[in-house]
Amino acid sequence: MQAVDSETTAEGNGDLPEAFAAWFAARGWHPRMHQLDLLAHVRARRSTLLIAPTGGGKTLAGFLPSLIELASAQQPRHKGIHTLYISPLKALAVDVARNLRAPVEEMALDVSLETRTGDTPQSRRQRQRYAPPDILMTTPEQVALLLSHKDAGVMFSGLRNIILDELHALVTSKRGDLLSLGLSRLQHLSPDAIAIGLSATVARPSELRAVLRPQNINEGRTELADVVRAEGGVPARIRILDSKGRFPWSGHSARYALGDVYEAVKAHRTSLIFVNTRAQAEMLFQALWHLNEDNLPIALHHGSLDVSQRRKIEAAMVQGKLRAVVCTSTLDLGIDWGDVDLVINVGAPKGASRLAQRIGRANHRLDEPSNALLVPANRFEVLECRAALDAASEGAQDTPVARIGGLDVLAQHILGMACSAPFIPNALFDEVKSAAPYADLSRETFDQVISFVATGGYALKTYERYARLRRTREGLYRVSHPRVAQQYRLNVGTIVEAPMLKVRLGRRRKNGAGPARGGRILGEIEEVFIEQLVPGDTFVFGGEVLRFEALREMEVIASRSGEIDAKIPSYLGGKFPLSTYLAARVRAMLADRSFWPRLPGQVAEWLEVQSRKSVIPQPDEMLVETFPRARKHYLVCYPFEGRLAHQTLGMLLTRRLERAGARPLGFVASEYALAVWGLEDMGAMIRSNKLPLGELFDEDMLGDDLDAWLAESALMKRTFRVCAVIAGLIERRHPGKEKSGRQVTVSSDLIYDVLREHEPDHVLLKAAWVDAATGLLDIARLGTFLNRIRDRIRHSVLDQVSPLAVPVMLEIGREPVHGEAREELMREAADQLIEEAMRHGQSGKIGV
Amino acid sequence: MASQAKLGFDTTLPLHGERGADILVCGKHFSTDPSGALYWADQRTLIVADLHLEKGSAAARKGSLLPPYDSRSTLVRLASAVDRFDPDRVIALGDSFHDQAAADRLPQLDRDRLEILRQGREWYWISGNHDPVLPDWLGGIVCPALSVEGVKFRHEPTAGEKSFEIAGHLHPVAKLTRRGTNVRRKCFVSNGDRLIVPAFGSYTGGLNVLHKAFTTLFEDGDFHVWMLGREEVYPLSKRQLLRD
Repeated sequence: MQAVDSETTAEGNGDLPEAFAAWFAARGWHPRMHQLDLLAHVRARRSTLLIAPTGGGKTLAGFLPSLIELASAQQPRHKGIHTLYISPLKALAVDVARNLRAPVEEMALDVSLETRTGDTPQSRRQRQRYAPPDILMTTPEQVALLLSHKDAGVMFSGLRNIILDELHALVTSKRGDLLSLGLSRLQHLSPDAIAIGLSATVARPSELRAVLRPQNINEGRTELADVVRAEGGVPARIRILDSKGRFPWSGHSARYALGDVYEAVKAHRTSLIFVNTRAQAEMLFQALWHLNEDNLPIALHHGSLDVSQRRKIEAAMVQGKLRAVVCTSTLDLGIDWGDVDLVINVGAPKGASRLAQRIGRANHRLDEPSNALLVPANRFEVLECRAALDAASEGAQDTPVARIGGLDVLAQHILGMACSAPFIPNALFDEVKSAAPYADLSRETFDQVISFVATGGYALKTYERYARLRRTREGLYRVSHPRVAQQYRLNVGTIVEAPMLKVRLGRRRKNGAGPARGGRILGEIEEVFIEQLVPGDTFVFGGEVLRFEALREMEVIASRSGEIDAKIPSYLGGKFPLSTYLAARVRAMLADRSFWPRLPGQVAEWLEVQSRKSVIPQPDEMLVETFPRARKHYLVCYPFEGRLAHQTLGMLLTRRLERAGARPLGFVASEYALAVWGLEDMGAMIRSNKLPLGELFDEDMLGDDLDAWLAESALMKRTFRVCAVIAGLIERRHPGKEKSGRQVTVSSDLIYDVLREHEPDHVLLKAAWVDAATGLLDIARLGTFLNRIRDRIRHSVLDQVSPLAVPVMLEIGREPVHGEAREELMREAADQLIEEAMRHGQSGKIGV
Repeated sequence: MASQAKLGFDTTLPLHGERGADILVCGKHFSTDPSGALYWADQRTLIVADLHLEKGSAAARKGSLLPPYDSRSTLVRLASAVDRFDPDRVIALGDSFHDQAAADRLPQLDRDRLEILRQGREWYWISGNHDPVLPDWLGGIVCPALSVEGVKFRHEPTAGEKSFEIAGHLHPVAKLTRRGTNVRRKCFVSNGDRLIVPAFGSYTGGLNVLHKAFTTLFEDGDFHVWMLGREEVYPLSKRQLLRD
C-alpha cells in the first residue's frame, strides 16, 4: 500500500472513522483526495471508475470503503462475500491480499480475506463455498466457476462491492467479455452491489465506465459509471539512448547498444529491462552476462520459466538483492517490485499506453519522477521511440478498440448459467445484453448461440438426442446430464495457451548412448518451436545454450551445450503490433523535415538520403517503390500498420500480382513495410497502366481473395481452434491427459475443414472470423488502411534499393515460410530424395 | 515410369507423375492417390482404409458436438475417387464404421450415397476392430481378410509374417521440417513387402510413422513414405522425417 504524504492530499481526515484516521496518522500519511472521493461515491452507492497512475495508492483506495463498512457493521454480520476483488493475474491477487493484510492486522479489524485461484487447494475452495470470507480475491475464471454452482445465489446474496483491478488490461480481451458477463450475473444476483473499477490512465474512460454499469437495453444511451481521477504524478524523465554505436538497419536484438545498457545498469540501484518477446529476453540476458565483468546480479524473468524459478527471482527483487531483471510483459501489470529506479525498454514500445505502464514500474511513488531509457533496436524503432516519448510527455494514450463480445465466450457463459440453474431464454437475453460488450447482441444471434450450446447448432438436426441442454415443458433450458457440468468446469476460461512442453535438463551420457534422464525442469517452451528442431540442434533457453537431445512423452530433454551461439535462432519478431496511434505519429514525423534535427544524426541522415534518392511520403500518403535487384523485381510499400496486417496484405497482394501476370515469388513483412518480389518488372507494369496501383490496393481484396485464402490459412485454423475450445466444442488439453492424444481426439483443423465445407454460416465460424479480423490477421486494420490510402498512393520508380527499403529487404530470408508454401516444401524434399536416388542408384544401395 | 531408380530394398522409387505415384508391392504396381486411396490398375481395384464413418456422432454421444458432416464429407471424397478410377472392385480395409452402432446412425442420404457407389461393383468390407459386425442392409461382402494374386488384404498388419500384405489400422502420418516450417500429412508407408494405407475418413487423425508401431512392423526398421499433398503424392525416405 503506498499512500505517501504529498502536497495534494485532502485537508484533514474528517470522513474517516477514528481507527482509520489514526492508522493513517501513525504512518505520517494523509489519505489522498481520490481515496476520499472514491469513498464518498461508494457511500452514495454509485458504481465508479478510479483512474490513477501507477503508485497512486489505487488499491488501498479501492478497498478502503469496504474495510470501513465491514469494520463498522453491526454484529453478527451477514454471512457471505461482502467484497469481491477480481484481478487479471493470480499473482496480483495474491500480492494485493498480502498488502491488504497489513492495515487489517494493524487496525485489528474483524475482517477475513482470502484468495481463490487455480492454485488454491480443492478443500479450501470447497470450504469457501459454504463459509466464504468477507473479502474474496480472485480472477475472472474463478468468478465464472463460482457462478456456475447451484448455490451462487446464496453465496453472493450479500455482495456489496465488486472491485475490478487493472480494468484497462482486462477489457481488451476475451477475458474482459467473460468478466462482463460474470458482472451482469452478479448484478442480477445482488442488485445492491456496485462495481469499482481501478485503471491506469486511458484515452477513453467511457468504455471502461460502461463496463461497470448494467446497460439499459430499452434505451439507446450508454449507462456510465461515475469517474474519479487521481492527481497526476510528476512527469517521467524519459530519454532515448544516444549510442556511439551504429544504429542497425533492421533486426530486434539491439546488440549495438549492449555496452550502453550495461553502463546504465551499473549507474543505477535496480533496473527493469523490458523486451517484447521471450526470445529477445533470452538473447539480451545472455549477452549482458558476457559483458558482466563486475558480476552484477542480473536475472531473467519471463512467462515460460518454471514457476519456482520465477518466484525466487521475484523474492530476490523485493529484497533488493538484484541489480537488474530482464523481463517480458509478465511484469507489465501492477505487482509491486520494490525499489526500481530505472526502467529500460529495449526495442520499440509499440504503444504509448504500454510504455506508460512500463515506466510506471520505476519509483513507485508519485512525488518523484520515473526514470526511463528507451533503446531502439533499429532505425525505424528510433522513430517509434521518439513518437512514444512525445506521446508520454503529452500524457497521450492509445485508444483501445472497444470490444464486441465474443460469441464463443457467450456460449461458455450460457452453459455455465445452465449449470447453475435452468434458465428462461428471455430473461438471460436481457441479462446478457446488460453487459456492455453484448449491448448490441441481436436476439437471432443469441438464439443461435443457445442452439449451438444445446445441440451444436447445425442445420443437419441429428444431435437432438445428444443435446447438452434440453427444454422443459415450461420453456426453460436445463442441463441434460451432470456430466455436462463437469465438462464445463474443466473447460472454463478464455485463455487457450499455445501447447507448451516442459524442458528438462538431462546430462549427456559419456558413451553417447543418448541422454540421461532425471535432471531438473527448466521451464516450458512452445511446442511449435521444438517441432522444428532435430536432435543435436542448439537453442537458447533460460539464459543458456541448450542442446536438444530428445522428446520424451511431453518433455523436451536437453543438455548444456557449452557453446556460445545457438544454431537455431528463435523467431525475433515483435509480439505486439505497432499501435495505430503511434503509427500515425511516426508517419507525421517522417513527413515533417523540421523535426528531423531532433533525431539522432545517423537517422536524420538516413531520411535525408531517402528524400534525395526517392521520396518521403506525406502523412496521408502511402509510398510504393519499385526497383530491380539481382535479376528480380521488387515492390516495397510502407503502410506502417504492423506486421500482422502486413502479412495479410502480402498474402492478398501476391494473389493479385499473380493474376496480373507479375509472377510474384515471395514477400516479407516488417512492422513498417512490405516487400514483394517477382520475375516481371512491376514498376514498368504500373507505369504502363497494366497494373494500376488503385486496383492493386483496392479494398475489394478483402472480399473473395481473402475468403479464398482463409480457406487454407494456418492462422485462421489456429484462430478457429481457440474459439472451438472456448465455446466448448473441443476439450482443452489437460496436463496428464495428453497421452490419450492425437488418435482419439479429432483435431480442430479437420473440424474446421468439414464445417467450412458443409456449413459455412455456422455461428462458430462467424466467431472465428471476427477474431481473425482483429487478431492474427488484423483484417479490420487492413480495411481501414486501404480506405485511408485510396487515391493517395505515391509511386517512385527507382533503379536500385532505396534507403527506406533497406530494413525490410534485410528481413528477407529471416522469416519462416508461410502456410501456402507447404506443398513446395514436400516437393523439394521429394526432389532431393530423387536426386540422391539417381546419384546413388548407379552404385547400388542407398544407406538409410 | 522410364527413369526409375532402384532403392536398397526391392522397391522402385517412382518419380511423382501427374497424379499420384506408384508403389511396388510383390512386384505389382499400385498407384497412390492424393485422396488417400490406393488403386491397383491391373485388377481394376480401389483400396481405402479406415473410413471411420459416423465418428462425429460417436463423439456427440460422449458430449462433444462435432459437426455431423464427417460421413458426408468422407463419402463425397470416396465417390470422387470411384468416379475417377471407375474400379470393378472396391476393398475397404476395415474400421469403415467408427463403432458397432455407427452404421445404424448413418443418415439415409449417406446410405443412398453408399448404395449408388456400390452398384455394379464387387465391394468387400474387411472387418476391423471398430466394426467387427456390419448390418446386412449394407450389401457387399463382409470378410476378415482377402487374398488377391498373392497379396493379402487385412485390417491390422501382422508383424513377422513374410507374405505380401496391404493393411490399414495404423493411420500413418509423416512429418517433415524444412526452412522452419512443419508439414504433417497422412501418408502411405511401404518397404515393398508390406504397405500401410492412410486413414481415409474426414475425422481421422494419425500416428507418426516413426512411432514404434511402425518401426517394429517393418523388418530392419526400414521403409519409405508417400506423403499426401493437395494434388500430388510425394515419395520420401524415412530418414527425411521427424518425430512428433
